[in-house]
Amino acid sequence: MADTAPSHGTTAEPEGTRRDFLKLTTTAFAAVGGGALAWPFIHQMNPAQDVLALASTDVDLAPIAEGQAITVMWRGKPVFVRHRTAAEIEAARAVPLSELKDPQRDEQRVQRPQWLVMIGVCTHLGCVPLGQKPTDNKGNYNGWFCPCHGSHYDTSGRIRLGPAPSNLPIPPYEFRSDTQIRIG
Amino acid sequence: MAIGLHDSPFKNPVIRWIDRRLPIFTMMQKEYGTFPTPRNFNYFWNFGALAMVNLAIMIATGIVLAMHYTPHVDHAFDSVERIMRDVNYGWLIRYMHMNGASMFFIVVYVHIWRGMYYGSYKEPRELLWILGVVIFILMMATAFMGYVLPWGQMSFWGATVITNLFSAIPFVGDSIVTWLWGGFSVDNPTLARFFSLHYLLPFVIVGVVFLHVAALHITGSNNPLGIEPKGPQDTLPFHPYYTIKDSVGLVVYAIVFAALVFFAPNFLGHPDNYIPANPLVTPAHIVPEWYFLAFYAILRAVPDKLGGVVLMFGAIAVLFVLPWLDRSPVRSMRFRPIAKWAFLLWTVNFVVLTYAGSQPAEGVWVTVARIATAYYFAYFLVILPLLARLERPLPLPESISSAVLRGGGPLPAGAAAKPMEKA
Repeated sequence: MADTAPSHGTTAEPEGTRRDFLKLTTTAFAAVGGGALAWPFIHQMNPAQDVLALASTDVDLAPIAEGQAITVMWRGKPVFVRHRTAAEIEAARAVPLSELKDPQRDEQRVQRPQWLVMIGVCTHLGCVPLGQKPTDNKGNYNGWFCPCHGSHYDTSGRIRLGPAPSNLPIPPYEFRSDTQIRIG
Repeated sequence: MAIGLHDSPFKNPVIRWIDRRLPIFTMMQKEYGTFPTPRNFNYFWNFGALAMVNLAIMIATGIVLAMHYTPHVDHAFDSVERIMRDVNYGWLIRYMHMNGASMFFIVVYVHIWRGMYYGSYKEPRELLWILGVVIFILMMATAFMGYVLPWGQMSFWGATVITNLFSAIPFVGDSIVTWLWGGFSVDNPTLARFFSLHYLLPFVIVGVVFLHVAALHITGSNNPLGIEPKGPQDTLPFHPYYTIKDSVGLVVYAIVFAALVFFAPNFLGHPDNYIPANPLVTPAHIVPEWYFLAFYAILRAVPDKLGGVVLMFGAIAVLFVLPWLDRSPVRSMRFRPIAKWAFLLWTVNFVVLTYAGSQPAEGVWVTVARIATAYYFAYFLVILPLLARLERPLPLPESISSAVLRGGGPLPAGAAAKPMEKA
């Protein structure tokens, strides 16, 4: 290539030579190609099609008596479905928003007051809080208590005490009938 | 080397700080920047770099596949199908890995052919050559075990046939086969250990490649004339001359690779491997992947179990002693009027063996394979040793520069940069 060297004197311009242009365009082209090739290697670690296809779960509510709760799996995570008593609903709604770390009214957290559906993963570092079984420690607010680092949730699943930053999240769900919901 | 900070030539303060403590930049500059390389390389000298790139592609795609693959007889086939259908770009990455194996053998076969034609195995590069043969054998073992992993019919029966080769060993053969299998047939323990070793061996290859390149940088590269560079007028710095020339070859390589992956991903494979492994039914026509066919033909050419196995392994092992079978002091076949044609015939013969290996072992193909097997060995064991004594080589050029730069002789420094004239 150096046989272009003698012509440098005649064609060289202050902004750069033809070789500079070729170098830049070639490098840019190679960089775009490399990036395009890198994407499949990154994207392959995202959820695969069969994982995405499993993204909804149907739950039959009929067998859950008032005051009881069940835990179902949705996207590999526990979802708490609680049939709340009137007293629990009352307790959740009586709390002034000013007392809450992550202020949210109970009405915003349920579609039907007696059914509380939320993801049972502590918002601190991902443990599953206790409180689903009647014998569990339900914490200071009669809701859920995370044994890992001591976060207390109330009967609406809202954080009241402890290191967790926010309320237990509500998954997208819809009532398919009075006794059946579809999560996801 | 004196103890203490390295005297770095670099000006950039960060690079300099590192280089004074760990002179990797100096080393890269010496081995890949200014490294004096014969000025007369042709495109056959691309294939070492291409093999290196190919190894990197195989490791990158293989690590990805291992994230999604399940090495269990009940799940292996389905997990590969899941990679093809459900994993994002899984089809692309698997087809790259599958055809990457074929590309790797194409590249390495050309690389070996280059070494044989231009006498790169000769003194002082014997150990460099031997390390290359070790890499080739490791590649064959890796490719074989990788082909077992999808657990299709060809995987299963290929594994059965190849492991049974060891049963030809007298007295201990059966015990060795049982040991290889971890049972009494190719089964789950076999699959699990093949997966483990298939993941390990590429890194062993990386290690031997490092030694191969280290040895190359002691002796320097051979070249199409097969004569040693006599001074700076015979060499060019590796960068930019050969980084660019390798890049040109890499683009062509990528085009061929992409054409295979995107337009004919299963062209070099066997449809039977998309049938799940069935230990009760052997496919009617069982052949290895194309890159093993020549050796497979040699195996089948011999009407004796042990004899066939010995010749097949011997066909590879003979490469180890090639530097001592060919005692001719002239490296490049360009200057060996008889050996050149004997070797080109050997090349055609290798293609014939490959084709014969793909055909059913009956009729004329048995005869063809036997004649071709005989010539394969005769070239190494009879023709080369004899020609070293009998052949009168053509006169060698005085130097690389005198041969490739018309007018010859050492050039003034300014004109030395005129490399495009080379062959």
